[in-house]
Amino acid sequence: MELYTLLRELADSWFLLLMTLFFLGIIYFAYRPGSRAMHDDIAQIPLRNDDAPRTEPRDPSEGAQR
Amino acid sequence: MVDVIVLTLLGLVVLIGGMAINFAQDLAFQVQAIIVLGAAAVIFIWYLRRVEPVPADSRFQPASGYMDGVVRAGVIATALWGVVGFLAGTYIAFQLTFPVLNLDLPFTTFGRLRPLHTSAVIFAFGGNALIATSFYVVQRTSAARLWGGNLAWFVFWGYQLFIVLAAVGYVLGATQSKEYAEPEWHVDIWLTIVWVAYLAVFLGTILKRKEPHIYVANWFYLAFIVTIAMLHIVNNLSVPVSIWGSKSVQVFSGVQDALTQWWYGHNAVGFFLTAGFLGMMYYFVPKQAERPIYSYKLSIIHFWALIFLYIWAGPHHLHYTALPDWAQTLGMVFSVILWMPSWGGMINGLMTLSGAWDKLRTDPVLRMMVVSVGFYGMATFEGPVMAIRAVNSLSHYTDWTIGHVHSGALGWNGMITFGALYFLVPRLWNRERLYSLSMVSWHFWLATIGIVLYVSSMWVSGIMEGLMWREVDAQGFLVNSFADTVAAKFPMYLVRAIGGIFYLTGALIMCVNLWKTAIGATPRAATATVPAE
Repeated sequence: MELYTLLRELADSWFLLLMTLFFLGIIYFAYRPGSRAMHDDIAQIPLRNDDAPRTEPRDPSEGAQR
Repeated sequence: MVDVIVLTLLGLVVLIGGMAINFAQDLAFQVQAIIVLGAAAVIFIWYLRRVEPVPADSRFQPASGYMDGVVRAGVIATALWGVVGFLAGTYIAFQLTFPVLNLDLPFTTFGRLRPLHTSAVIFAFGGNALIATSFYVVQRTSAARLWGGNLAWFVFWGYQLFIVLAAVGYVLGATQSKEYAEPEWHVDIWLTIVWVAYLAVFLGTILKRKEPHIYVANWFYLAFIVTIAMLHIVNNLSVPVSIWGSKSVQVFSGVQDALTQWWYGHNAVGFFLTAGFLGMMYYFVPKQAERPIYSYKLSIIHFWALIFLYIWAGPHHLHYTALPDWAQTLGMVFSVILWMPSWGGMINGLMTLSGAWDKLRTDPVLRMMVVSVGFYGMATFEGPVMAIRAVNSLSHYTDWTIGHVHSGALGWNGMITFGALYFLVPRLWNRERLYSLSMVSWHFWLATIGIVLYVSSMWVSGIMEGLMWREVDAQGFLVNSFADTVAAKFPMYLVRAIGGIFYLTGALIMCVNLWKTAIGATPRAATATVPAE
């Protein structure tokens, strides 16, 4: 089989399936139950740490402080 | 030890630069070699003077705080290159209207100044804006100082050197004739080195972040950096004719080369002008509106859908060419699907203002950002329409394409960058506020009217041109010659050039305003009227 034919076969079948599943997985990942608190916390990132770097890693449980 | 290595390398660059000046096969290469030699010599002396006779380790105190010096430099470079790029664009717009402005010199012909304009606005203005804002944003959203110390400065100056080398090459006739990838092989290699350093600084900062998560803006910036590296390397695979000359021969040929070029070209739009600038949107719109992004979940979908789809859209530049039909259809279909994530992102940006729409009345900077997101939505609706083959048969090769590109570039990229600059300058120079908000309003309206003049004149001109090209008489003969269409476009070209003057004037007002802000000039008494509560 020629390389081109092989790649076309692959692109039309398994790889297409793989990418579709990967993409559906991302949608599930984004909307999975219980992730809202985490996403709300990430969305607040631009609104803090304006003036200086943190010295210690931030613990998400410390809540939404600005 | 490090000092010795750096100085040795710089000395070698001076030596090789001298050899290149001597052996140069063409003028462009020779002038570029002079610039490289000069830059290396200046850095050599500067570096030598700051080498101090102290133990090496004591000079490497861990620096604290955010590294904002390089961001300040990037902001200045963005504003300056912006004016240069807009000026070049306005000038070549007048050249198209009045060909006598080509001046009958090889250096000032449209063919050489046009890549100067596109590279100045995309790579110099847009690129500096992306590098500066990404350095600012990645530090704040990672709560960490830039990784790599002075490597960030190498990225900044290395990138400026790339711009100067590319620009000099264009004017002196060194080009590989690939749209948006005109620089020749030696300049491409230099950009690759700078880009790898950029990736290292950005990724290094993310890796040492103090926030547990990577904010979505950094995902977009990272996609931009990685994909541009990939596109740049593949599209510029070429074999130089001589290592002392700028001429090179492409590795691909024929339709493969065309597809590679437009895979590159469209993803330069998709990842340089879209993904990178979306990184800006996801940081600066929430900051200016003082509220978090409307939906973080939507931003995740936006990111993955955008990078999944954009990479396939390139073939729509090659409708009705030697490219196989299935590839054209593929490009068309993915371009149309791409409408969805684009509008998802636009809605996410606009809805961030929900509950704060009143800010639009009082804050011209936020108004600028919102209009920018609006233009993003318009351009990403028009793009998929034009990618449909039947529409493309009318629009392709006409001014409609030029108008489309500029509604995206002037409206989306330009306005979001202006908004980011207005946001950054008071913070970077520790000023309370901008020098003048009414000057921001002037800039806003001049830029908006300029874009409207530009885009609408190009719609009229492009559709007219497309219809004239395809008009046939009863016997099946073409009615119009090419020169007929050129003559018919004169009034639209004039309107377009005037739109350019509006846009350029707005940018100049911005520069004055930013300069006054940075030096701390006293703001004029605020005369803004407050609406009745």
